[in-house]
Amino acid sequence: MQTKRTTFSNAWLPYALLAPQVIVTLVFFIWPASQALWQSLFRQGDAFGIRPPSFVGLENFAALFRDSHYIDSLQVTLVFSVGTTVLAMSVSLLFAVMVNRMIRSRDTYTTFLVWPYAIAPAIAGVLWWFIFNPSIGILPYVLEGVGYDWNHRSSNTDAMILVILAAAWKQISYNFLFFLAGLQSIPQSLIEAAAIDGASRSKRFWTIILPLLSPVTFFLLVVNIVYAMFDTFGVIHATTEGGPAQATNILVYKVYRDGFVNLNMGSSAAQSVILMAIVIVLTVIQFRYIERRVNY
Amino acid sequence: MASIQMDDLHKVYAGGVKAVTGISLDIADGEMIVLVGPSGCGKSTLLRMVAGLETISGGTLRIGDRVVNNLEPAERDIAMVFQNYALYPHMTVFNNLAYGLKNRKMPKDAIDRRVREAAKMLEIGDYLDRKPRNLSGGQRQRVAMGRALVREPSAFLFDEPLSNLDAKLRVQMRVEIRQLQKRLKTTSLYVTHDQLEALTMADRLVVMNAGRVEQVGTPMEVFDRPATVFVAGFIGSPAMNMIDAAYLRETGSADDLDGLPHGTDLIGVRPDDLLMTPPDGPHLRLAGRVALLEPAGAESHIYVALDDGDQPITVRVQGLPMVEDGARVNLYAALAALHPFDRVSGVRVT
Ligand SMILES: Nc1ncnc2c1ncn2[C@@H]1O[C@H](COP(=O)(O)OP(=O)(O)OP(=O)(O)O)[C@@H](O)[C@H]1O
Ligand SMILES: [Mg+2]
Repeated sequence: MQTKRTTFSNAWLPYALLAPQVIVTLVFFIWPASQALWQSLFRQGDAFGIRPPSFVGLENFAALFRDSHYIDSLQVTLVFSVGTTVLAMSVSLLFAVMVNRMIRSRDTYTTFLVWPYAIAPAIAGVLWWFIFNPSIGILPYVLEGVGYDWNHRSSNTDAMILVILAAAWKQISYNFLFFLAGLQSIPQSLIEAAAIDGASRSKRFWTIILPLLSPVTFFLLVVNIVYAMFDTFGVIHATTEGGPAQATNILVYKVYRDGFVNLNMGSSAAQSVILMAIVIVLTVIQFRYIERRVNY
Repeated sequence: MASIQMDDLHKVYAGGVKAVTGISLDIADGEMIVLVGPSGCGKSTLLRMVAGLETISGGTLRIGDRVVNNLEPAERDIAMVFQNYALYPHMTVFNNLAYGLKNRKMPKDAIDRRVREAAKMLEIGDYLDRKPRNLSGGQRQRVAMGRALVREPSAFLFDEPLSNLDAKLRVQMRVEIRQLQKRLKTTSLYVTHDQLEALTMADRLVVMNAGRVEQVGTPMEVFDRPATVFVAGFIGSPAMNMIDAAYLRETGSADDLDGLPHGTDLIGVRPDDLLMTPPDGPHLRLAGRVALLEPAGAESHIYVALDDGDQPITVRVQGLPMVEDGARVNLYAALAALHPFDRVSGVRVT
């Protein structure tokens, strides 16, 4: 790649220009991250300073993988992220396909479908909390009518469905925009050629449209997984708080619970280091992929 | 193999644009019809109506002995070559060709045989495993052709298939398409706005203007006897000169304009038919001054401003022009070479 070189007359100017960004990164990212790394190697001292923190090496990590709660949380996270990603992506693709077919009302629908993205996660969580509230919510009432006794406070499944719905709902707008843009960049003549070639509507979708959307789909897949794993704290906090009985206690939420509620800093730090590793892997995958943007 | 019959076809787009207004045309089995006309005259629209990609607002369309007005594109048994080729970018050349056959549930070995046959015919056998983006423009064009003919449809539809190629390749592909079409004897409808393509490829030429047909005929008929002022101006390059008959009478430059049919008030004369020396027999004479000389290789164009005339007329001569810029010249044209028109209706007077 060819880059443009600019020469500054003052040798310090480029550093000064970079400084704000570097400082922000240092203070808000590198420092806490290294703190977490450091802390993850210590066992917590007690609150009265009688027993000082002691160095334990990788013991915190080893303890985590012996802890059945942590393994459960991993599983919960897996179910939750896969559920959220699949739901958010399939629904948004469906919307995008439908809106793309419209001619005059396309912009109106697009506007409406983007609104949820502007709502803060906690508020979205509260909305869902109200809708699904076992005593005052509208949906449990309706479900009761068809003979289903909804209670996300006691049923693990109900709780998981609730958080997946709430989390996916937020992400649909974002996915929708990308899918719609992707659909609109597929030349109409390809679809027409396929129609002449005797492909039915659904065949065209599976053999032409979906493969051509694969770059967008892959990009969204990574974004959605990252979102589900790391950005859904607010949603969980406002709806189930990880319950009932840890059934929706995803990794990110567990970090917070163990660290700030149960005050087990060493374990919490180790958990956040693991999360950091996962983010780094996902980011690397995404960058790798963006480098060779076209994959067909 | 099938004939195509258009009976009073109309197309009104959703916004109210009348793109095709009453086109009737009988295309015989195996015939190559070329649609020409200026941009926006409705050529693509008509072609897409035949393909089934646009609904038909009025009239009847038959392919073979079936009325196909309401049939899906796939049911019409036609194949189309698009201007941008519309190759499936994520499929290999082989799969691009095989796609239509697979959709028709043809057995695997038959597909394989047909694809290889078509690939051989178009000399793309070596690229069967490549993706379209790894092909040159000319090769893509061939793949697009291959995708059309591998299905052995009853008609080919072409929408300016060569307009993305460079001039040399265009001539080569033009010849190849025509040879293939003659060999396969498949009814074809070919849209272009390149008049050389139109004149060289067509069995019959259809000149369109503003959603209507101006003239249908063999290329020679259309060139020698344009039916309207529009066709006269559109076919032939440089364009035919149009001279007001009143001007000729005033300047008294015609030997005998009465030799022309009654009612002629606009006279067309092709740039080749203007001579620097008087011919034998009745002719007309024009006087003017050379306004511009334009050498163009084997031929030259001379633009002459007629005395008291409003627009310059074009003369085409072989080789280099034998006149000076600004020189006075006399031009002659045999009466037999003139095209008489009625100015108001724009129709040829006979
Ligand atoms: N989808 C559409 N909706 C509304 N009007 C259209 C549509 N497609 C074409 N038109 C109009 O119909 C008329 C004919 O268009 P068409 O594409 O058939 O022209 P064309 O002869 O193929 O021109 P070109 O040589 O530039 O390809 C034009 O006035 C065009 O603006
Ligand atoms: Mg066109």
